[in-house]
Amino acid sequence: MSRVLMRGNEAIAEAAIRAGVRCYFCYPITPQGELVEYMARELPKRGGVFLQAESEIAAINMVYGAAAAGVRAMTSSSSPGISLKQEGISYLAMARLPCVIVNMMRGGPGLGNIAPSQGDYFQATKGGGHGDYHLIVLAPSTVPEAAELVMLAFELSDRYRVPAMVLADGMIGQMMEPVELPEPVEPEDIPPRPWAVTGAKGRPKNVITSFDLDPEGLKRMNLVLQETYREIEGNEVRWEEVETADAEILLVAYGTVGRIAKTVVRLAREEGIKAGLLRPITLWPFPYEQIRELASRIPVVLTVELSAGQMWEDVRLAVGDRAETPFYGELGGVVPTPGRILEEVRKYAR
Amino acid sequence: MLVETGIPAGYRKVFGRPRALSDRKFTYCPGCHHGIITRLVAEAIDELGIVERTVGISPVGCAVFLDQFFKCDFVQAAHGRACAVATGIKRARPDLIVFTYQGDGDLASIGAAETVHAANRGENITVIFVNNAVYGMTGGEMAPTTLPGQRTTTTPWGRDPRVHGYPLKISEMLAQLDGPAYITRQAVFDAKHVLLARKAIIKAFRNQIEGKGFSLVEVLAACPTNLHLSPVEASRWVAEEATKFFPLGDLKDAG
Amino acid sequence: MAKGIVVIDKERCKGCGLCIDACPFGVLGFSQEYNSSGYQVAYMAHPDRCTGCAICAQVCPEVAIEVYREQPAKEGA
Repeated sequence: MSRVLMRGNEAIAEAAIRAGVRCYFCYPITPQGELVEYMARELPKRGGVFLQAESEIAAINMVYGAAAAGVRAMTSSSSPGISLKQEGISYLAMARLPCVIVNMMRGGPGLGNIAPSQGDYFQATKGGGHGDYHLIVLAPSTVPEAAELVMLAFELSDRYRVPAMVLADGMIGQMMEPVELPEPVEPEDIPPRPWAVTGAKGRPKNVITSFDLDPEGLKRMNLVLQETYREIEGNEVRWEEVETADAEILLVAYGTVGRIAKTVVRLAREEGIKAGLLRPITLWPFPYEQIRELASRIPVVLTVELSAGQMWEDVRLAVGDRAETPFYGELGGVVPTPGRILEEVRKYAR
Repeated sequence: MLVETGIPAGYRKVFGRPRALSDRKFTYCPGCHHGIITRLVAEAIDELGIVERTVGISPVGCAVFLDQFFKCDFVQAAHGRACAVATGIKRARPDLIVFTYQGDGDLASIGAAETVHAANRGENITVIFVNNAVYGMTGGEMAPTTLPGQRTTTTPWGRDPRVHGYPLKISEMLAQLDGPAYITRQAVFDAKHVLLARKAIIKAFRNQIEGKGFSLVEVLAACPTNLHLSPVEASRWVAEEATKFFPLGDLKDAG
Repeated sequence: MAKGIVVIDKERCKGCGLCIDACPFGVLGFSQEYNSSGYQVAYMAHPDRCTGCAICAQVCPEVAIEVYREQPAKEGA
């Protein structure tokens, strides 16, 4: 194991290379520029293909092609670029193509700015593209966790044939932390893809498509997706709990805010407030049951996001009437200090 | 053999169904030139013996069903994105023979950027561009290549260049670039031109096998349905009208 | 016997008429038959004129036509 001081963007790139990514297609956009640059320098040296595409749309369609041809493929972008990719993502989902899409979220909507934000939660977890589909959505809160979740993203994506998104933000992308780099995946450990378009030699032809004019046929294709999603919901929910055993106020936060929230819990406890944190790691599948359970005995569940309240809707869905569900959010790329969040905690704590 | 088909002894078959085609009946309209062009692609695949390592990419348009007509692997692309999908496949697996088959909307309108950039990068792929000057599948709207004065559902009084611009000569544009190896414009309105188109399509595939780079064959085609002409009249229209704006011949041939 | 014979797949034919128009010898015409899709199928109206040139097959958009040509007689030993 090697331990290296790395910028988040670069750790994500290095982890992807170690996961055996064979094709990486991208378009530059701040704040993930370093990810692109790292891949440009490193991926060709280690047996992969790097290509800067003419747009984010072209890049996601190149991922579609490479994934169809049976290799581990990836793209990265930030919010406006991810918007462009939505049609391609919908195609990837229905065609059941494994791949990894990294979104380093920035301020929005529109051109927004390049500061960190969590405004793409709806886009990531509720579709974003058209049709009934889901992505596996993994939300790291630190640089080391980002590297770990990139590896996991490739693994889960291959296992279920569902595209996986690593949803981070500009803060994680830019900051530098020591990272234990994961062991590279052996090529033989990458699952085979008998369905891929590799040339119809000695087998019937393979067709990668998301199209069926016959409604019954399209329904069948959709049911395959739905069954897969139920399986993922049963097996792959991930979250972290901090001091929830005796908590009287529960924070729910992910990503960068999840990290800040850990400090808030500590500061609150020092003041005698029994705060706890549930930090979702999979945003889809979302830890509804875990939050519901905690809400049965914790009277206040405070959601904190860098948005107008997107994950907050899922928290309210989980909690129902069991507890109060206040919200504190910041917009525009403003990142709250632990002190600012603590003020909110004080307001609601019994 | 000959007794079963009712052909007397002493005759040999000189023209038959290409092996690379499946048994599926084509879904194109009567007289649509797509059928001829689809067959020519299959003939090229047969001639070069590459069906087992070919991957075709179907467009969105009248040829959306293309995967059903061939025996080789296929990928359905989003509208306009076939050249990007082809790039992804070819970069992942350079040993495969990758071709796109796209209409004028797919290649020159929504897909213009992907087409230009794949050509500019000199991607070693084969692009079959079916230019029938109209949007067939969606009911006959204007295409980038619709001729001035041509009536379509979105140009009911005829295309007015002051409003909609002139027909887009994308092949001429691509031929300016350093990336492409072969850009040619053909047609299939009579047997002579069918045979010339066939030759061009074989060359475009052979270029890929030989690693020569991006090869595009534009084929002027008739859409009888949306020209509101009989198949024979529509073929004449291509021969007499379409060729005025889209001259036939090689636009670039790097050898 | 004519030099050429053309076999038209009745179920593939869409009655577009391109083969009839293309044939240089006026061999083909519309038959009185309609296939299961409702298309009036082409047929050899004047089979004796066929040379097996395959121009009809080249322009057929349905790949509905097979063409057979008389083999040249072998030279004696």
